[in-house]
Amino acid sequence: MSKKVLVLGEAREGALRNVSFEAIAAAKTVSGGGEVVGLLVGDAVQSLAEEMIQYGADRVVTVEHPHLKHYTSDGYGQAFMAVYEQEKPEAVIFGHTANGKDLSPKIASKLGTGLISDVTAIEGEGDDALFVRPIYSGKAFEKVKNKEDLLFFSIRPNNIAPLEKDAGRSGEATSVSVDITNLRTIIKDVVRKSTEGVDLSEAKVVVAGGRGVKSADGFKPLEELANLLGGAVGASRGACDADYCDYSLQIGQTGKVVTPDLYIAAGISGAIQHMAGMSNSKVIVAINKDPEANIFKVADYGIVGDLFEVIPMMIEEIKKVKTN
Amino acid sequence: MNIYALVKRTFDTEEKIAVANGKIVDDGAEFIINPYDEYAIEEAIQLRDEHGGEVTVITIGDEEAEKQLRTALAMGADKAVLINTEDDLDEMDEYTVAKIVAEYLKDKDADLILAGNVAIDGGSGQVGPRVAELLGINYVTTITNLEIDGTSAKIVRDVEGDSETIETSLPLLVTAQQGLNEPRYPSLPGIMKAKKKPLEELELDDLDIDEDDVEPKTETVEIFLPPAKEAGRVLEGDLADQVKELVDLLNKEAKVL
Ligand SMILES: Cc1cc2nc3c(=O)[nH]c(=O)nc-3n(C[C@H](O)[C@H](O)[C@H](O)COP(=O)(O)OP(=O)(O)OC[C@H]3O[C@@H](n4cnc5c(N)ncnc54)[C@H](O)[C@@H]3O)c2cc1C
Repeated sequence: MSKKVLVLGEAREGALRNVSFEAIAAAKTVSGGGEVVGLLVGDAVQSLAEEMIQYGADRVVTVEHPHLKHYTSDGYGQAFMAVYEQEKPEAVIFGHTANGKDLSPKIASKLGTGLISDVTAIEGEGDDALFVRPIYSGKAFEKVKNKEDLLFFSIRPNNIAPLEKDAGRSGEATSVSVDITNLRTIIKDVVRKSTEGVDLSEAKVVVAGGRGVKSADGFKPLEELANLLGGAVGASRGACDADYCDYSLQIGQTGKVVTPDLYIAAGISGAIQHMAGMSNSKVIVAINKDPEANIFKVADYGIVGDLFEVIPMMIEEIKKVKTN
Repeated sequence: MNIYALVKRTFDTEEKIAVANGKIVDDGAEFIINPYDEYAIEEAIQLRDEHGGEVTVITIGDEEAEKQLRTALAMGADKAVLINTEDDLDEMDEYTVAKIVAEYLKDKDADLILAGNVAIDGGSGQVGPRVAELLGINYVTTITNLEIDGTSAKIVRDVEGDSETIETSLPLLVTAQQGLNEPRYPSLPGIMKAKKKPLEELELDDLDIDEDDVEPKTETVEIFLPPAKEAGRVLEGDLADQVKELVDLLNKEAKVL
């Protein structure tokens, strides 16, 4: 049976996050040829509708309201439910991002339905689809089946490939006006600590430093390497706690979960809570002075040595390769 | 203040995970309080000490979970409730758990409910917000700071590293993020006292819940381990040669440059 799928897109700093496009690709997999409808919620999101369509949505619904400038579970919940009632989709997909994690259980509870969170792969198609998700900090995986009429799941960023962007695709964008009332939380202030440039959770290359980096200055060579590779800098909890870098760089169970093509861990011991955030990376490089460090167990390539020697040498070597 | 903390018994973080017959093997494994729930318990105790009232910890599980409840009592919680589902339920999902917890809490007039933002075993982070929604109260997830003044609450929420300052009011459910506090270890006198603190055990019947009402909406059909990674290659030789080799491998073998 074909399904109509509603996909909640997510914008950050006025641009759509990749996970929105990945969710559209996931929608195509489960729709069995049914319609894929994008949903955008915010104070000014209409201009983003076109890109959702270019990535495969058949049409887009937007809800705009001044009270939706900041995410709140009440505000976004009201916007979502209004569109849900109108569209009556058979499947709903969110990104497993901070806001997606916050909102999806509320919606699932309102609808009295199941929710398969943090999906990293979909096996099969249409009604037979099985959803793969990590458990036990990524030490194991489970395959989950939906038992209800309504299918609801959220996807981990950077795991499901988006469809190719097609600038020629067109589709309808409609706006729905929703009365956003009775917000029980007021956002007083937002301190954005995430650096500009490449979004860490979506970066193709991550150069991460740990306590072994020893100081804030020690992160400079890592930044240089990340820039050279068009990637982002990340960190372990150890480095954040020691004030070498901001918590927004933290990777792991408490921090961001990343799945880049290349993860370079420098001066990171490889605690399980750290691995929960990076062990699915395609290629892992470990640089550590201690040959016994745990990180070597998940690394594809390892160098036992001082990161302050190794990283500058890598930069030189990569520059050579790039110019050839 | 009438404070509740939701607690889950989980595998020790350091345990090796093995799978047999499509299930996680748990004989002989060490169990702990889910680390994020420890932050919730600690915060509950500190708030009680500051504002007065009582902390009740709740878990759903089997008799084994009494141990984790006793630990929470030893940390300083006042009462514990075990909702024992061993005889009634074979399978549970987040829908099931949230429904049972909410059913228990619905007439308790909780001012504040604290939970971990995620459990390190299942990893879905759904139960907190689901319970709040079922109770019709507000919630804030992944908090790193909480100040209560009368019925108003000032909260710092971690949003992928950004922080939001939020104002809201009680009754409220919050989920704890690392950084909220440093959970205490139970003291010896605490452990002694915990033995005498009330630990109530309930079954679904006591809550007037019918098994059919909490039937899971999703089903785990298989559990598997990630394909064993081939032992990584630790390079050897002169450091400069190692770096050359590494860059060459990244370029030609892994094709990631
Ligand atoms: C509930 C909970 C949640 C947590 N969540 C997270 C999380 O999300 N993310 C996270 O990262 N951690 C998390 N942790 C913390 C985690 O357990 C570790 O303490 C932390 O990851 C250690 O950071 P590290 O590897 O930088 O430091 P360390 O373990 O101290 O390792 C430093 C490493 O650097 C190496 N080194 C030192 N100098 C050099 C040099 N010059 N060159 C090369 N190598 C060098 C050392 O050999 C060592 O291996 C969590 C803990 C708990 C309890």
